[in-house]
Amino acid sequence: MLEIKTAKTRRGKRELEKRAPKLVESGKKTLILHGTKTSAVLNAVLAQIFHLKKDNAVKFSRKNENVKPFEAGGETSLEFFSLKTDCSIFLYGSHSKKRPDNLVLGRTYDHHIYDLVEVGVENFKPMESFSYDKKLAPKEGSKPFIVFIGEGFEAVEELKHLKEVLLELLRGEVVENLNLAGVDRAYVCAALSPNRVLFTHCALRLKKSGTVVPRMELVEVGPSMDFVIRRHRPPNEGLRKEAMKTSREKPKKKEKNVKRDELKGKIGSIYIPDQKVGETALPYNAKGVKRERREAKRKNDNDENAPKRKKEDA
Amino acid sequence: MEMEMEIEAEKQHKFDVDLGNLMAFDSNHTFPSQPPLSREHLVNQCLLKATHLVQAVADALFTLPSTEDVDGPLVNLPAPLTKLPREKHLPKPKPPTKWEVFAKKKGIQNRKKDKIVYDEQSGTWKRRYGYDRANDEDAVPIIEAKETDDPAEDPFAKRKENKKKRIEKQDKNRLQNLKEAAKFGALPSHVQLAATALPITGTQAAPKKVTKDELGNVAGIAATATASGGKFDKKLPGEKPAKHKGKYRKFLPVVEGTGIGSQEREQTEKILNKIMSKNSHNILNVEKAVTMHNVKKEKKRRSDKGKASPADNKLKPEKKSFKKGNFKKGKKGK
Repeated sequence: MLEIKTAKTRRGKRELEKRAPKLVESGKKTLILHGTKTSAVLNAVLAQIFHLKKDNAVKFSRKNENVKPFEAGGETSLEFFSLKTDCSIFLYGSHSKKRPDNLVLGRTYDHHIYDLVEVGVENFKPMESFSYDKKLAPKEGSKPFIVFIGEGFEAVEELKHLKEVLLELLRGEVVENLNLAGVDRAYVCAALSPNRVLFTHCALRLKKSGTVVPRMELVEVGPSMDFVIRRHRPPNEGLRKEAMKTSREKPKKKEKNVKRDELKGKIGSIYIPDQKVGETALPYNAKGVKRERREAKRKNDNDENAPKRKKEDA
Repeated sequence: MEMEMEIEAEKQHKFDVDLGNLMAFDSNHTFPSQPPLSREHLVNQCLLKATHLVQAVADALFTLPSTEDVDGPLVNLPAPLTKLPREKHLPKPKPPTKWEVFAKKKGIQNRKKDKIVYDEQSGTWKRRYGYDRANDEDAVPIIEAKETDDPAEDPFAKRKENKKKRIEKQDKNRLQNLKEAAKFGALPSHVQLAATALPITGTQAAPKKVTKDELGNVAGIAATATASGGKFDKKLPGEKPAKHKGKYRKFLPVVEGTGIGSQEREQTEKILNKIMSKNSHNILNVEKAVTMHNVKKEKKRRSDKGKASPADNKLKPEKKSFKKGNFKKGKKGK
């Protein structure tokens, strides 16, 4: 009654292995989508956040009727998209009379909704409205600095939650090695009041300070907007505990081409590609060419050689 | 500005800096609650504050030991301090297979086998498994007959059959082990167990996709459904001629020629012989005969006895029952 289905191609298998649960995770992808109605502001917000996260995000461009993250039964479709695209952070934009310019940020665990924060977008300033030296423009996929300002992020439950979600959304890839020449952007989040957060994106200008540490200067490059907290749903306590589990053991990397010998100690073997002696080019002495050409070629060769000899003489 | 910078620099140790995420957090700063500030002023104030925080991260970052690279200095970032939830659950350990359990119980250990083995037949070294393998039983062209062999049996067919059985058994074992793994949620990522049919009786298996070949056949048959039998129609690409052309039924000649006997009689005899030969081994099934005899006897005895309770007999149908209880009752009757 059961059939074993396996990946038919190597590539397919690799793709599935990428999606499998791992001991150390490689990073979360972001899904950006909107509901049946969006405003121009929200369209721009979603497009520009997608632009910022382009290396690690998926954007849906169609309307989604069935997606209502806060309502019961409205998350089924969203969870399915999360499974299909292998995204575990999502950004859902909608616009209604009751909640204009509404943005829902959320995360999933095992492709089920983990937590949700709903914010309204106000005072939006798109990227295009900022004028700055284009040389400073941040490169795609560079590791950002993230700055949170204000005691609200510690004192207010919603803001604390929002801080965590924003950090996860913005931080990009978790890396071990960082190129110091590549740091060129910073995100600034400031809790202006208990329910309002200012968000802006800045480029970094590194200036000489006379020490190893350069002096940092921020240049606003946008987008910039205010988030006004609306509804939020913190994670279930049991689920949170499970999601926070980590393993102490590190995945071992397979050691290849290294042997150990009792007498000689560690022996490494190196692969040297085939030198292809049979295929090396030989001096070209064609016999089938007409005599005039052959002679002309010989003459030319002599001419080329001639100046060299002269040089040597000189 | 300079003054402020210095003051802030002193304060730096108060910021929470998470170097793994390049994050800084100032939990002490408060913005004035009254809104006398203009938007521009407010943003500027934020940026100023942010600059200090970024500087605090940079102070920690640029003092890390770095290695020079072609593209610039590389530093080793520490692990992030902020704990964030996982994306998916931790990978679950795979339960041992039946063989692994057995091997452990018996203390069987895996041994490395050489990839290349000596082939007795050709006298060369060949691969142990795969194409052109050493000591391949299936490739032996002649099987010597033994005295004990059954002459009616085809040894080659038997060999094929055995191989098929072995494959089936392995597939069954594999499925069993995978089912067990699925119970623990530890299926290998590239394997799925899909239900082909529900375990309810009467449900059909999932319809198979029609192949190109089959479609061609069907198209050929469909094309004959014209008055001319498709004779004058254009052929479609990939269309095949109908498999059965002409008549299906054949009638024997009405008038018989001079022969040994009529053809019809021959035909019926042939069929009869076929049936007889097929069932010749169980024309007399001794076991069955004995049980039938026994049953008859039993019935007779019962009918003699059971005249007192005919209702009892009526209630029980004559169906053979597999239940033990019934059998005992019968014995008691004796």
